[in-house]
Amino acid sequence: MAKKYVRKKPYGKAIFMGLVVMTLYAFLLTNQSLVNDYFTRGGLYAFLPILAVFILSFFHGSFTGNFWTILGVKAKKKKEVK
Amino acid sequence: MHDVVNFVDLNLMNMLYLVFVGFVGGLVSGFIGSGGAFVLTPGMMSMGVPGLVAVASNMCHKFPKALVGAIKRAKYGQVDVKLGLIMGASAEAGVVYGAHIQENIKRSFGDAGSNLYVSVAFVVVLAIIGTYMMLDALKSIKSAKMHEEEKVTKIARWVQSINIPGTMVYFKSLNARVSLLFTIPLGFATGMLAATIAVGGFIGVPAMIYVLGAPAIMGSATELVIAFVMGMGGSFKYALHGLVDIRLSLIILAGSLFGVQLGAIGTTYVKGYVIKLVMGVIMIIVLFSRGLMVPVYSSQLGLINPLAEGTVKILKSTSFGLMIIALLIGAFIVLKAMWQGIRAERKTATQEVLDHGRV
Repeated sequence: MAKKYVRKKPYGKAIFMGLVVMTLYAFLLTNQSLVNDYFTRGGLYAFLPILAVFILSFFHGSFTGNFWTILGVKAKKKKEVK
Repeated sequence: MHDVVNFVDLNLMNMLYLVFVGFVGGLVSGFIGSGGAFVLTPGMMSMGVPGLVAVASNMCHKFPKALVGAIKRAKYGQVDVKLGLIMGASAEAGVVYGAHIQENIKRSFGDAGSNLYVSVAFVVVLAIIGTYMMLDALKSIKSAKMHEEEKVTKIARWVQSINIPGTMVYFKSLNARVSLLFTIPLGFATGMLAATIAVGGFIGVPAMIYVLGAPAIMGSATELVIAFVMGMGGSFKYALHGLVDIRLSLIILAGSLFGVQLGAIGTTYVKGYVIKLVMGVIMIIVLFSRGLMVPVYSSQLGLINPLAEGTVKILKSTSFGLMIIALLIGAFIVLKAMWQGIRAERKTATQEVLDHGRV
């Protein structure tokens, strides 16, 4: 049976995630002292660095995943029945 | 107690360095389950970052990177989440204990004593385990057994045969029930090593492969779960003391999240012995790298005759250079395997199109 191979590359998603990531980094780099002032206060503020890396990793993880997909770098397809 | 820390000024060169090393470290750890820390931490210190801040900030990048890598590899069916979480729990205890020992040594013997302890730990662990892994990988290549299924070691078969009522748990990567009395100390040792040399996977991954009997690909993938659990706990502990420089963690993540995904994808193109080969090669080169520092710290502690300043400089530079080489060689092997794999896939796909006349 003929199969249609439709190539759908996640350009839109990648661009959106990329923009969010760039915004986050821009904020970080232009507010370094402010960020470190809060993030190193200890006590309950200890959640701040943990949260920050989770948030960045969510958006950047998605961006990098889409990045490689767009470049055609994908996992090897599983072999069919031997 | 809140430590007052000075946070370095970050210039463009420093940031690019962190992104690049983060990428290579991520690539390697996405593939073998650990790595990068031993270049990142000294790398940050050479930028002027205080030691503890370097360790703390590295850890704070490591656990989200491990999570991203674990999620990716779980999609390929390579992660044994249960094993990762169970070992992660005792690894966390190991980290606490290992950190406690480190603090005591530092208090009694100062920085030089602490560094010597870390270096000796590197040398002993890497010599034993690294050599074993390399030989195992080379055996597979030499005897052209590369395409055979990995054999479970005698030790692992024995471990899997032991039945201790009330402690048995089934793990899918082992396809067997194993007693928690085995996983607990292995996880604990992984955590202790992580607290000592920042890379727990050098015990964790071989332990899962050779003692528990997991395939190399699943062992290295499951290590990412352990790294996530340990890393998050450790980072929180450091954050409580205000030791995390989040700029460093986030900048390293910029590169490492690219790398870890690539490394994860790479594992789908290789057989288990390539994972052992990459781990073995890295461990042996790092062994020499760290070995060179043993005389330096011994000299600082007065255990041997003081070394000339020139000698110390040469040893330090060579040591650091070797670590970078270790990472680069590891990355090269991963990328080469991927490149060959992807090219072969594309050839097959093209052939299929030609054979069946499909578009």
